[in-house]
Amino acid sequence: MSDIGYRKIIVDGLWHNNQALVALLGLCPLMAVTNSLVNGLGLGLATTAVLLLSNLSVSTIRHWVRPEVRLPVFVLIIASFVTAVELVMHAWFHELYKILGIFIPLIVTNCTIIGRAEAFASRNPVLASATDALAIGFGFTAVLTLLGASRELIGQGTLLSGAHLLFGEAARAWEVTVNPDYPGVLLAILPPGAFMGLGTLIALKNLIDRYFGQRGTETAPAPTPQPEQA
Amino acid sequence: MNERAPSPWRTALTAAAVLGFFAVLGSALVGVAYQGTAERIAQSEREALLRQLNAILARHEYDNDLLNDYLDVSAPKRLGAETTRVYRARRQGKPVALILSPVVAQGYSGAIDLIVGIRVDGTLAGVRVLSHKETPGLGDRIDERKSPWILGFSGKSLDEPPLSRWRVKRDGGDFDQFTGATITPRAVVAAVKEALLWYRAQGPKLFEVPPQVEKTRHE
Repeated sequence: MSDIGYRKIIVDGLWHNNQALVALLGLCPLMAVTNSLVNGLGLGLATTAVLLLSNLSVSTIRHWVRPEVRLPVFVLIIASFVTAVELVMHAWFHELYKILGIFIPLIVTNCTIIGRAEAFASRNPVLASATDALAIGFGFTAVLTLLGASRELIGQGTLLSGAHLLFGEAARAWEVTVNPDYPGVLLAILPPGAFMGLGTLIALKNLIDRYFGQRGTETAPAPTPQPEQA
Repeated sequence: MNERAPSPWRTALTAAAVLGFFAVLGSALVGVAYQGTAERIAQSEREALLRQLNAILARHEYDNDLLNDYLDVSAPKRLGAETTRVYRARRQGKPVALILSPVVAQGYSGAIDLIVGIRVDGTLAGVRVLSHKETPGLGDRIDERKSPWILGFSGKSLDEPPLSRWRVKRDGGDFDQFTGATITPRAVVAAVKEALLWYRAQGPKLFEVPPQVEKTRHE
């Protein structure tokens, strides 16, 4: 595959086909855990790890698995990796594991993962599938982190609280309290804050796409129709 | 039709074989992951538990192996849980404190699991919340990460304040409630009081019972 191909895979995964902002997949964990930057980042990285492992395996076996049983096989593979990732997190990131709780096993049900297995990894070579997994995974992680950061900042006026859960004890000092007297905005931490935050991020992405679209820059088909075409 | 098309039986069996193969492979992967992490998970659990216990009773106050000196008691009326594990802290063989986990309070939106440390003289070594489902921003101030309220229990006993004042202020007691949330602190205060009453009736003699041995321990 040419360089252009890889570039397209990466740009699509991070931006044009961002699973959270465009495909709107995996929203349940996305909404549920993004009440702080560290929680969002933690689940994003766990999802990326599963995505990478599943894309690699699915791509490796793509010629051997009969089409009739491919979906059950993919589900088996994904479930096995999720369980392995869950065990690893339980062992080495014990407190973060306790906080993310049910949302780690629920990575199995994240449609992004089976979606990429079916739509990409089962039809493309191993290296391209790995690239796709990383691009999609980091695109998803970026949205989780950004949403977590903004909800944490608006909700309780801090950033990186609980960083030691992910980066070890030395990171305890990373927490930034923007304003110690900040009363906090409860709404941002509660579930409605997740919907509003995600809606804002999607709107921002569409605005940016439209801005560059009007400047005539070549973009992939935008998810929203241009007003003059509509 | 292509005369070389495989028979439906053959197709189905191959498909089943492929699926079975991956089921075995997946199980093997999970098995290996489990083997590789089991020890580390057990250690993390122990460390996390010890951190909880040491938050109640500082490490230098006892010298026994706290994690292996415990009893499981059942006093649902007083302690709220079907079984509560009682860790017994000693120093040079002398009783220091009991740490009860969990003591369950019925909060505004479900059970609040507490860990309660009671010194041998009946004063509280400390109380912490293990888990709760209280409203963020209102009832969740029982969590020490949100507010220092729960730390105020340390040093209290059934004599200080007197038993009749073991209530939140709105009910004529000594303990602060939160703005917009009375039910949660009321439940916690009541649960801690019940735990102290349980200790007064049962506690001191529990130090004499031989330690419980985990029935399902390996080896």
